[in-house]
Amino acid sequence: MSDQAPHAGAGTASTDEQARVAEFEARIARGESIEPKDWMPERYRRQLTRMMSQHAHSEIVGMLPEGNWITRAPSLRRKLALLAKVQDEAGHGLYIYCGTETLGTDRQELVQQLLDGTAKYSSIFNYPTLTWADIGCIGWFVDGAAIVNQTMLAHASYGPYARAMVRICKEENFHKRQGYEIMATLAGGTPAQRAMAQDAVNRWWWPSLMMFGPHDKDSSNSDELMRWGVKRKSNDELRQRFVNLTVAQAKAVDLTLPDPDLRYNEETENWEFGAIDWDEFWRVVKGDGPCNRERLAARRTAHEDGAWVRRAAAAYAAKRAPMSEAAD
Amino acid sequence: MTAPLFVHLLRLADDRLVLGHRTSEWCGHGPILEEDIALANIALDQIGEASLFLKLAGALEGQERDEDALAYFREAIDYRNALLVELPNGDFGFTIVRQFFFSVFSLLQMRALKSSTNQDLAGIAAKAEKEATYHVRHCAQWVVTLGDGTAESHARAQAAVDELWRYTGELFLADDIDREVAAAGVGVDPSTLQSEWSAQVGRVLREATLTTPDVKFMQRGGRAGKHTEHLGHMLSEMQILARSHPGATW
Repeated sequence: MSDQAPHAGAGTASTDEQARVAEFEARIARGESIEPKDWMPERYRRQLTRMMSQHAHSEIVGMLPEGNWITRAPSLRRKLALLAKVQDEAGHGLYIYCGTETLGTDRQELVQQLLDGTAKYSSIFNYPTLTWADIGCIGWFVDGAAIVNQTMLAHASYGPYARAMVRICKEENFHKRQGYEIMATLAGGTPAQRAMAQDAVNRWWWPSLMMFGPHDKDSSNSDELMRWGVKRKSNDELRQRFVNLTVAQAKAVDLTLPDPDLRYNEETENWEFGAIDWDEFWRVVKGDGPCNRERLAARRTAHEDGAWVRRAAAAYAAKRAPMSEAAD
Repeated sequence: MTAPLFVHLLRLADDRLVLGHRTSEWCGHGPILEEDIALANIALDQIGEASLFLKLAGALEGQERDEDALAYFREAIDYRNALLVELPNGDFGFTIVRQFFFSVFSLLQMRALKSSTNQDLAGIAAKAEKEATYHVRHCAQWVVTLGDGTAESHARAQAAVDELWRYTGELFLADDIDREVAAAGVGVDPSTLQSEWSAQVGRVLREATLTTPDVKFMQRGGRAGKHTEHLGHMLSEMQILARSHPGATW
């Protein structure tokens, strides 16, 4: 704490900047949490804004593939649970957008970046949901992978992000259990239900492994994010943890993960897995996944169709607050 | 009493299931994120209420039909909801005005049903009354905002009121079934709710600078299974998976 003060008059701007960065990194090394009003390097602010907004966008775009089955859910209980889950995702998106705003960029601008196609979101949501089993599989794999990632992010150096992750992880755990329970029910159901479950596992397994991002050696942002305590574990470490957790879960419900190379290594105590198709990963990231266009088109349509409503809300608020500046 | 009460319960359930389903179609497509959350909330409440009413109906009937059998394996002509709730969503203004009209009705209906001599029914009504109170408050605020917002939102809200008004009369039509369950102290005669509904709705429309249309004929038929063409399409989507796997559990 004591070495925080002597910045004023500490020589040239660049040495002043260096000293601030050094102090910032020392704070992170001590495990202190960085808060919105604290000084932070511009690059840290930008990286976090990018990461957090991508996360928020993923929650919002992620509503679409699951929303696709709300109207066809096979029982009232499942319909309520799915609707509540998709609603939770909207809540997560809202919460993380608010967290991102603490870094100085407002939600409107972030949403515009999504609609422009300049911001990314998790590629997993560019795959289609073809059967009811996909809803189970998304809960089990996609929320399961998100939990592995977010459990780590709950220790991120930026306080608002870490706190958001703690809260969100609790709900994601519930979603994952719900998804796994759908899969267990299908796997123990009629032959047609069982086939549906296995088919969904076959389609979602590899894209779920891709959710953790490129191999460590190919991940351009990882080193910096690790140094600044935003990420605490590497992509490959997290991916391995997810595989280790999921293999046993698949066995328990007698579903087969579609990887002939999957085998247990006694020494490392890891489940080793086959090669990921990185061509597919980059293809989907770059916009040529099965549903990239549909997902963005759906967001744009909702935004455009809602423009008159937002204008009405602004106009009404302005009429009710005549002393304040009129909203646009 | 069993047969009339069964139909009375179906009417209560189907209004909420069909409108809840319609509202759930908005999920992920709302004009603002906060509204995605609010509409999902309303849909969840209504489908939850429907599920309870259907469960009670199934138990009363004694034919081993649970809430899912009644929701997923009845034809459109066996549904007993009012026509108002089955119409497609239209724009956000249409959705909100329709929800407002229904929720005011629902609030009055649930308030009255709370004193049903059937304890199960009274219990569901007490829960649903709290939910409807929130729905009315939320939708009324939007009706006023849209009506008194921009010229465009005013025109859209007025168009929704004009289009929907002809479907509101059916909510208050009572037949022998309603009268019988009401006389027995179990159900509510909907015709007794009309004047309070008109007063509450009128107040909000006036605040919203919207006018009440002069409609010569009120559409009707849903309570007796004579629906619009829209319900069959809605149900075909809702029921497809359950009906494709008869006997399966989910």
